[in-house]
Order: sequence, then C-alpha cells, then structure tokens
Amino acid sequence: MLEAVANGLLTGAVYGLVALGLTLVYGVLHIINFAHGALLTMAMYAAWVCWAVFGLDPYVAILPLVPIFFAVGYAVQRFVIMPASQGDDNNILLVTLGLSIVLENAMLAIFRSDTLSVQVPYAMEVIEAGPMLLSFPRVVGFGVTLVVALVLFLVLTRTDTGRAMRAVAKERTGAALVGIDVRHVYAVTFAIGCACLAISACLLLPSFYVNPRVGNAFVLVAFTIVVLGGMGSVPGALLGGLFIGVVESLSGLYLGDSLGQLGIFVIFILVLLFRPTGLFGARA
Amino acid sequence: MKDRQLSLILAFAGIAALVPLFVTAGTWLNFAVFTLILCLAAQGWNILGGYSGQYSFGHAAFFGTTAYLTAVLQTRYGISPYAAFAIGIAAAAAVGWVIGFLSFRSGLKGSYFALVTLAFAEVFRVLANASEITGGAAGTLIKLDVRPENFQFASRGTFFWVVLGMVVLAMLLTRALERSRLGAQMVAVRENEDAARALGVDALRVKLAAIALSAAMTGAAGGLYAQYFLYLDATIAYGTWISVEALLAPIVGGAGTVFGPVVGSIVLHSLSEFTKSLVGRIPGIDLVIFGIMLILVVRFPPRNIPGLIRRWRGTK
Repeated sequence: MLEAVANGLLTGAVYGLVALGLTLVYGVLHIINFAHGALLTMAMYAAWVCWAVFGLDPYVAILPLVPIFFAVGYAVQRFVIMPASQGDDNNILLVTLGLSIVLENAMLAIFRSDTLSVQVPYAMEVIEAGPMLLSFPRVVGFGVTLVVALVLFLVLTRTDTGRAMRAVAKERTGAALVGIDVRHVYAVTFAIGCACLAISACLLLPSFYVNPRVGNAFVLVAFTIVVLGGMGSVPGALLGGLFIGVVESLSGLYLGDSLGQLGIFVIFILVLLFRPTGLFGARA
Repeated sequence: MKDRQLSLILAFAGIAALVPLFVTAGTWLNFAVFTLILCLAAQGWNILGGYSGQYSFGHAAFFGTTAYLTAVLQTRYGISPYAAFAIGIAAAAAVGWVIGFLSFRSGLKGSYFALVTLAFAEVFRVLANASEITGGAAGTLIKLDVRPENFQFASRGTFFWVVLGMVVLAMLLTRALERSRLGAQMVAVRENEDAARALGVDALRVKLAAIALSAAMTGAAGGLYAQYFLYLDATIAYGTWISVEALLAPIVGGAGTVFGPVVGSIVLHSLSEFTKSLVGRIPGIDLVIFGIMLILVVRFPPRNIPGLIRRWRGTK
C-alpha cells in the first residue's frame, strides 16, 4: 500500500511533466492541444531510434532531443497551427486533432504497430528506501522532473522571454502594444511544451514501451491533470500529476489493470462537470 | 431552391440504388456499405456539430451503445434483431440526452465539451472491455444465420439498400429539421448562444434535442455495423476511430448542410481507397491523408469541398 503510493508519486511526477507542456500551452495560447499525445509518441520513437540506431542511452538522448523538439514545436505552431486556426476555438481543435491523426498514423506507417522497448541494464533495478522498494527509472524520472520544473519556474520569472510569456498569457493585446512579438512568444511557448515532452519521453522509455498509440494513453491522463490542476497553472500540473499517479496506482491495486484506468476518467468527468476551473485554478 | 435540394436527394438515392446492380465484386460492395454506414454516423454528428455548433469528440459513445445493444440483446436474450436495433437507437438517444444534460447544464462548450465527450466514450470503452455481458476483450459475435427475419441477407446488395435507405432517411430528416423551428433555433444557438437566449430561445432544450437526435442517428450506424460485420469488440464499438470518422466527413464535406456528411464521407473514403491502391496497404496511410485533408480544409477557406467548387465556378 505504502509502496503503491510511493510508486504512484514517482510515476505521477512524469505525468506531471507531460501535463506541464500541455498546461503551459493552454495558459499562454489558450488552446487545447490535441496533438500533445502524438507529439509524445513521436518523442518516444525518437528516443528509441537514438538507442537502437545510435546506441545512445535514453537519459543521454535528452541532450540532442530537447533542442530538436524545441525546433519541431516552434515550427509546428508557427507554420501549421497558427495559420490554420485564425483564432477560432473550434478550428484549433480540428487542426490539432488533424495533426495528431497525421503524426500517429505516420508513425504507424513507419514503425508498424509492433510494441518496441529499449533494453538498459538499470531498467529493473530497485532502490531500497526504508521498507519500500522503488524502481530506479522512476526515481530518476521524479528527480529530473523536479529539476525541469525548477528551471521552467526560473525561466518564467527571471528571464525576458518568461516575462513576455506571462504578459501574453494575461493580456494579449496589451503585450502586443508594448512591443512583444506575440506570434514569436506563442511559438516559443509551444516549443517549450514540446521540449518538456522530449524529456518525458526519455524518462519514460527505460521502464515503458512504445507503440503508435502509446501517446493516447498519456494524453487523457495529461488532460485530466491539467483540468484538475487548473488550466494553465504550472504548480497545479505538478500536484495534479502526483495526485493522478497515486490514484492510478491505487485503483490498479484494488480494481485490477483493466478497470484501473477508469478511476482517472471518472475523476476527469467529475472535475469537468463540477469544477472546470480545477482544484487549484482560479480562472475559467 | 428547396425543391432543388429535394430532387438532389432523390437523384442521389436513385443513382446510389443502382450501385449493387453494376458492382458485384464483394470487396467493392463491402467498401460501399462501410462508407454508407460511416456516412450515417457522420450525418448524426452533423446535427449536433454542424447545425448546433457543439463539437463532440466522443460520438463513439452512441455508435457503440446501439451496436452492443443490437448484438447483445439478440445473442443473449433472443430478442428479434429489429427490435434490438430499435431499442439500441432509443438507448443511444437516451445516453446522448444524459451526457448532454450533464455537460450543457455545467455550461461546458467548445474544447471543454469536446474533452468531456471524449472522456465519456473512453469510460464506455473501458467498461465494455472489462464487462462480461459484452464479451469483454474477446468481443461479441452474432451468429451467422442468413434469414431476412434475422436482419441478415444472402446478398450484400440487399444490405446496401437497407443502409442506403437509412442514409436517405437521415438526409430527409436533416432537410426537414433545417426548415423547422427547431432547426432555426439550433443555428441561432450555434451562431450566438447569448443572443439566441436573449431572444427567448431555450438554449439548453435546443441543445438537448440536438444531441439526442444526433446520438440516435450515429447509434443507428452502430447497429447497422454490428448487423453487417456480425462482430464487435470494445475498440471497434467505442474506439476513438469512429468519433474521428463521424466528425471528419461533415467538416470536409461542409458542416451544417444536408449533403456535407455524404459528400465528405464519399470523398474521404474514395481518396483513401485510391491511395491504398497507389502505394499498397501500408497501415495508417489512409488516416494520414484524412488528417492532412482536415488540416487543409480548416486552413484554407472556404473550408469545404462544395465551397471550393462554388468558388472555382465563380471565378471562372
């Protein structure tokens, strides 16, 4: 039981990281990015290719993948989502949905539906912490997530780019009036979201598998976290991630694997119906 | 103008009805039936998404409900397939009404509505996958027993006509709706909900009527699917694929029009067959095309194929 909670917390941290990208994009751009899951799948395949083709350890692969996915995210927002959306909510839904369909099925066409995984010596290693046995990749995932969250927090509060992002999130027109390039800020935000995904993918890979649909499993979890933590709230995403990790771990323990996912969806629906601003969020 | 619409519907019905007389190859008829079933699902989505402006990402919830009820009621309880089909459609409408009541009462719209419908469909999928009555992960098989009273026909052509009849019925229903008071209120809610309410339109009631009707149509498609392919599992019945199919065709063909879903599904599925014959059966390639079509249609006004044709004729 205690072990389940601890392992849930560790998994939840990585969920939180996935959700972090989503919530950041929502907070600044006010769009719901349905392609988030497909982009995560893409990042996981990229990390797998790094391992299978270039022999890079997934943790080392973070270094090349973060800039690559930053660039991918920037380009996707600038050249696909922005020109197509024209500011209409329903259009953005459709474009990101279209994007996710294209990415997911392109990966299905390239890698086929086989489930792939990496073999690393530490995948099964455990760390003894008092009475509990904790899986090594999850502990690493937890640690890296905390570091990334800290870096992101510093970027948002201490740099000009971060200030511009917060300004755009609060008051888009005003930000544009004082000379902030809103379109650039949008693209940078989206790029940071994608970079977070690249890190999540590298953290997940040692203990997880990849197939073209793997992102779907995560994206609903991520949406749940984002809604739970309050749309656009960064600390909300992390806390929500930890919470959902524990819920999933416990409902898996008591309900079995097939019904275990149900807990998350039920929470998701209840939160959407009764508290769409999230448990921590203040704005609608 | 309206009479032209009616004659177009009848012309479509007449021409399409000839298909089984000329096309006898099983694979092509299969393709035609499948396309028409998805067209019906799309016509359902069009009522809620196209006319009332509420974009659902979870129409699988309705498709699967009728599909499972049609299959399970006849295999487990020996109810006539036709009665099971009718009960299934009513149940889908009820499910739609309940989902609508919960979400619209909470004021969910836009992306939030899309998300909540997606989540409902996923809940159904997980439940159907785990429950015993639906056959769990192994799925449900309808016993092959070809008799008209079993809703199973010796020739694929007969089934084609049945499905075509439903599609044409849905077109006529949509047309009637378009000309009715309710239809006008739906469009008003889509264009500006606050303004519609200020003019005394009961927006909640209108949206509930829309989602129930929409769910019934998409549900009917699910029942026909079960009856034609005689096999269901949770991923087929409640999978995201059908939610996506249901929304894609109206968007591409023109949402909020009688012909939109029909044009959209025929174009999309012909395109996907064409691609398959061109590059071979690479899994996923047809959906890549669908996705690109979706992005392009949203990216470049006039947003749909009929609009494109109109503009092209206008500039000429």
